[in-house]
Amino acid sequence: MSETTISKERQIYLRHKKRRKRSILVIQVSIVVVFLVLWEVLARVGIVDSFILSQPSRILDTYVSLFQDDLWMHIGVTCYETLIGFLLGTVLGTLVAVALWWSSYLSKVMEPFLVVLNSLPKIALGPVIIIWVGAGMQAIIVMALAISLIVTIMDVLHGFLNTDVETIQMARTFGATKRQIFLKIVMPSNVHTLFNSLKVNIGLSMVGVIAGEFLVSKAGLGYLIVYGGQVFKLDLVMASVIILAVVAALMYEAVVLLERFVNSRLSHKP
Amino acid sequence: MESLKIDHIIKKYQAENGEVTALDDIEFTVQQGEFVSLVGPSGCGKSTLLSIIAGLEQPTHGNVYVGGKKVSGVSPQIGYMLQKDNLLEWRTILNNVLLGLEIQNRKTKENVEYAEQLLQTYGLYEFKDKYPSQLSGGMRQRAALIRTLAVKPDILLLDEAFSALDYQTRLAVTDDVYRILKQEGKTTLMVTHDIPESISMSDRIVVMTGRPATVKEIHTITFDLPQRSPLLCREQPEFSKYFNLIWKELDVHV
Repeated sequence: MSETTISKERQIYLRHKKRRKRSILVIQVSIVVVFLVLWEVLARVGIVDSFILSQPSRILDTYVSLFQDDLWMHIGVTCYETLIGFLLGTVLGTLVAVALWWSSYLSKVMEPFLVVLNSLPKIALGPVIIIWVGAGMQAIIVMALAISLIVTIMDVLHGFLNTDVETIQMARTFGATKRQIFLKIVMPSNVHTLFNSLKVNIGLSMVGVIAGEFLVSKAGLGYLIVYGGQVFKLDLVMASVIILAVVAALMYEAVVLLERFVNSRLSHKP
Repeated sequence: MESLKIDHIIKKYQAENGEVTALDDIEFTVQQGEFVSLVGPSGCGKSTLLSIIAGLEQPTHGNVYVGGKKVSGVSPQIGYMLQKDNLLEWRTILNNVLLGLEIQNRKTKENVEYAEQLLQTYGLYEFKDKYPSQLSGGMRQRAALIRTLAVKPDILLLDEAFSALDYQTRLAVTDDVYRILKQEGKTTLMVTHDIPESISMSDRIVVMTGRPATVKEIHTITFDLPQRSPLLCREQPEFSKYFNLIWKELDVHV
């Protein structure tokens, strides 16, 4: 298949594919534009109450004043808390999963506790966490940790336990120790499991941080949202929510990029 | 010379709903350089026997001797090949082949050179920096065999080692592996459910009964060939004679 000998059918196929891709993008952009324009117009003619629903131009004004103010500080605080909670959740969760993989006895003992903790809505622990660690950034980080930890343990352990038994058996025929089986077989075959768990965790950790900020904070995007709601500054609420969405998407993308980088370094996909 | 001695092996499994006797007083020996196959009804415990020989499982009674020494635990003298090649996708062919040496902390310069020489001899050297997914099924199986041979075992155990391959590849790989094993002078014990495969490769065939497995009969397979190879054996008139004999003995009912 060289470039010079593309058949007519293939040309049509490629053109069709390209056109389809472009049309999808055009529709996606127009949905956003139409939505914003409609919102603005309806707010201006007074069909929707911009005091309750806000409106794009007012949100824009809010951004201008926020950027002059301390928006970056709020974004920074939320990102910092999310990252710490995310890293703690991932590292601790993976370590616990390793321990549970190592000892099936321990894993059996812990099973019912994990199931209960997994189904418990962790936000319910909010007041307890505040009392235990104090009302501040530490409470927010613990909340993020509480939300992501159990899921990490369960996902990673599931991945570890589903490592191909025959591959492990192969290593055993060479006399591999449990440690060698873990380092040479189980860990490398679960790189994708770890990254899936990272992707889930970055989202969960953010849920924990925002919930935590609702409860105790003096800074952060969650704080801006709650504050905006309390003083009926819906423009501020909307603006913060949009920034939050962008920040969340960027963090997720960062994990995806990291995964791509690690994959290209470690493993091989033809 | 006696290379492998299976001395009155009994294996019982304990389960919640009772005791299962998998192997009942198995006894036979394999000579140095000999190729012996184990055939028997599926689920009769052939693979269990291999696991015991490899030291992965403990027999309830009896012992296994390799070169006169009692087997206790996994020993580097025994190489074990499983059904799938189990090559690690994230390692190059060379690093896959060195896995056994790595696990046994024997990745010395000499041993690595020996592994590379095996790759060279069996036509995989130019693929040593490729990844398993870039190789054909037959080449993957050959790489798995070299991984096993790289730790220099005296005895090779093949546990349905070809059954994951499609039929044509399988015939070719069987020929390939047979040639390599004879060239390296390895003693081999193979478990298979494929009667033609066992006849085409073996010097002797041990026929086992259903559960609890005992040794029913041991056949010596001889062909009137100056240079034996599995594919040539399949063309010989004696082949179908052996097939009928073993087929009847297995007494398969559907």
